[in-house]
Amino acid sequence: MNMLSAFRVSQADISETYHSRYIPLVFGWQDVAQRYRRSKVGAFWLTINMGVMIGALGAIFGTLFQLDIINFLPFVASGLIFWTFISTMIAEGCIAFSASEGIILQVRLPLFVHIVRVWWRNCIILAHNLVIYPILLIVLWTAPSFNLLWAIPGFILLSANLLWMALLLATLCARFRDMPQVIANVLQISFYATPIMWTPQSLSDGIVQQILLMNPFFHLLSLVRLPLLGEAPAPEQWLIGTLICAVGWSVTLVFFGRYRWRVPYWL
Amino acid sequence: MSHIELENASVSFPVYNASSRSLKNRVLGLSTGGIINKQDDGLLVVRGLSNVTLKIAHGERIGLVGHNGAGKTTMLRLLSGIYKPTEGHSHIEGQCVSLINISLGIDPEATGWENIRLRAAMMGMSKSDLDRQIDAVAEFTGLGDFLNMPLRTYSTGMQLRLAFSISTAIRPEILIMDEWLSTGDEDFKKKADRRLKEIVDSTHILILASHSRELLQKNCTRIVWLDHGTIRADGPMEHILPEYFGS
Repeated sequence: MNMLSAFRVSQADISETYHSRYIPLVFGWQDVAQRYRRSKVGAFWLTINMGVMIGALGAIFGTLFQLDIINFLPFVASGLIFWTFISTMIAEGCIAFSASEGIILQVRLPLFVHIVRVWWRNCIILAHNLVIYPILLIVLWTAPSFNLLWAIPGFILLSANLLWMALLLATLCARFRDMPQVIANVLQISFYATPIMWTPQSLSDGIVQQILLMNPFFHLLSLVRLPLLGEAPAPEQWLIGTLICAVGWSVTLVFFGRYRWRVPYWL
Repeated sequence: MSHIELENASVSFPVYNASSRSLKNRVLGLSTGGIINKQDDGLLVVRGLSNVTLKIAHGERIGLVGHNGAGKTTMLRLLSGIYKPTEGHSHIEGQCVSLINISLGIDPEATGWENIRLRAAMMGMSKSDLDRQIDAVAEFTGLGDFLNMPLRTYSTGMQLRLAFSISTAIRPEILIMDEWLSTGDEDFKKKADRRLKEIVDSTHILILASHSRELLQKNCTRIVWLDHGTIRADGPMEHILPEYFGS
């Protein structure tokens, strides 16, 4: 199968997903509803958990490194909220196909449906976690700036990137069942290697700063985090994000198109 | 016009034992030269179907027979387009719905109403279609106020009624069934049989896998007999059934 026909297979799968978009949205919503069905506070447990985590980490690290809490807390909050979105999306993307085995082997649906389901589920969780942000602004009595609006294109670009990552990984992980564990480790390391609990400014100049610029997660995270902190992401960050997106999707479309038909056999 | 065409289609499953499935062995295999690996790590392949050629035209009622392990489930998956043949070709024209596991997608914690929506989405029913039919589906279940209760409070019979009512609300072009779905008490069974008959009559192509002679006689015009992954016989119901059932 050449690259063009592989590309067509992927394209057909994705456009079919668009036509039946109702399905992943219903099931993504259901996934969240199911987890909190019999709890009183419901899905707002997500918000509470995240809030407690941010409060505790902000207090501990703020004291430990003697950071200015007014600047540090929003930084940790926005970083953690979006990192949770990124890492869960990737980790759950890995098992998107293997977890939907029952559906894939019984209903002929485009496979990208299962990826969109994971994405939508995590968007709903993200929306719950984001509630913390305005609360934090009020507590710290700071006003948001118009740069906040950059978060919208930032989120779109971030999602476009996460969707190809999840699609690629779901296909790979359906075949190689050790992959999710490998990815879990990569994510764990990325968490420490990305400025979430520490600020980029705390790094010494020179080589370390250069290394940080090699971290794709740093750029992707910046696209959504900086607007929340009242800054606009730098043009090169948009460029890098778009570049990763273009290259990532090109590779994924060919790879997925090539192996799409194999996925049911691997389950 | 719906139709299905299989041309020399074969389906073989790679069996990845723990050692060949892991990435570690792939990588180590490359670095150790792969010769030893080849001997104790030969990839096993199970042939589910081999060289199947089958043409199903619009309006045909196919019965699929064969002993356990003859390849019926694989065949149903091939015919519904879930498996693409590993060799040969398959061409399927028409929107296909399988009524094999009618409880797929159902959530025990959700209410009856929510489950109607969930299951309908799983069947590929659009939102507007569902909105039009939801009341009819609800009425058919005969569950009344129970629809507001979580599904886990239902008896098994009631759960099946709900699943049945939604699953049979659509009119697919190609219908795939594994045995006849009959469920519930005597009253509901009659209603269910009538409903099932309606779908079977309106579908363009019916594919029914079954071990029941009576069922096949009643619903099918053509029988495909599978044996060890190949078609042993394919012809009119009147000829094949006596041969298969041995009388």
